Amino acid sequence: MKIEIITPESKIYEGDIKSVRVPGKKGSFQVLKDHAPIISTLDPGMVVIVDQSDKEILYEITGGVIEVKSNKIVLLAESAK
Amino acid sequence: MPNLKAIRLRISSVKSTRQITSAMKMVSAAKLRKAQDKILRLRPYASKLHEILVNASQSLERAEFNNVYNRKSEPEKILLVVITSNKGLCGAFNSNIIKEVRKVVSEKYSEHYKNDKLWFLAIGKKGYDFLRKMNVKNLRECNYLLNELTFENSCLIAEQIMNSYVSGEFDRVEIIYNQFKNAAVQRLTDEIFLPVETARESDEVRIPADYIYEPDKEQIVKELIPKSLKIQFYKSVLDSFVAEHGARMTAMHKATDNATTMIRELTLQYNKARQATITNQILEVVSGAEALKG
Repeated sequence: MKIEIITPESKIYEGDIKSVRVPGKKGSFQVLKDHAPIISTLDPGMVVIVDQSDKEILYEITGGVIEVKSNKIVLLAESAK
Repeated sequence: MPNLKAIRLRISSVKSTRQITSAMKMVSAAKLRKAQDKILRLRPYASKLHEILVNASQSLERAEFNNVYNRKSEPEKILLVVITSNKGLCGAFNSNIIKEVRKVVSEKYSEHYKNDKLWFLAIGKKGYDFLRKMNVKNLRECNYLLNELTFENSCLIAEQIMNSYVSGEFDRVEIIYNQFKNAAVQRLTDEIFLPVETARESDEVRIPADYIYEPDKEQIVKELIPKSLKIQFYKSVLDSFVAEHGARMTAMHKATDNATTMIRELTLQYNKARQATITNQILEVVSGAEALKG
């Protein structure tokens, strides 16, 4: 499953991952392999990525939007750290 | 005959000017590259955001599309955002903008201007100075943005503008700026920032994928519109910034060329004058010797 985290100023992360947890508007949710296509806006909070070697990578975002489609995730964040 | 010393002085002064202009050209070229990179990095975000927005708004009825960012009313109070540069020496970059502002004020919105219904927001010192000299009322400035051009900073200003639009302070916001075409050419642009254009029919109608929308489409569209507005604002400022450096680079390049030509001409003149003095001196010596013989 591939993910791209993009902010207006740069591409912050790109790579193969196992799962990602995002702060959705209606509550935090996790995206695993073969997730149904979804578009959701995000609240400020933490994005937790688990990559192929089971390492956790954390990003703090100030809101954004996520699109998941056929194992491709695009996360647009206003800013991320 | 021109004085030898005077010519020598001029040559050296033109030479040092050439050094300055060529250094400025170099600096601008570097800044231009950096700013262009910024635009390139912005592009994937902007296009993806647009895609999602179109996707989500496609199935919404036009009527539902009405939101706080597009009030349908006769524009009474207008805000002009004038983007120029903080520094000069960039050819016609700023004067083009100023000309356009003058035209807009005297033709398009002359009534508004007379009735004090026209506000100005200057981004860039040159535009600000001009507007102040014009003695316009309702003038504000955000010159610092150009010194530190980041998305966050531009967001702050964009939010202010959007809030004052929502609260009814303005009915219409236009941005006047130079769009970057290439290093030598800028396109003068007068863009409507608010209200948001509803017609998105130009976008190709794709069959929307079967997405789950969270919370729901309307909410998403409502939230994405301000985001895309901020992007639009940032893009305008960035575009103008890139264009500024392009313009300065071209201007400085021309100045350097002119200085080189001038130095060549002056050197020629200097050598001619030098030779003339030598000939004169020889003539004097020879004629003096002739006189002694005779």
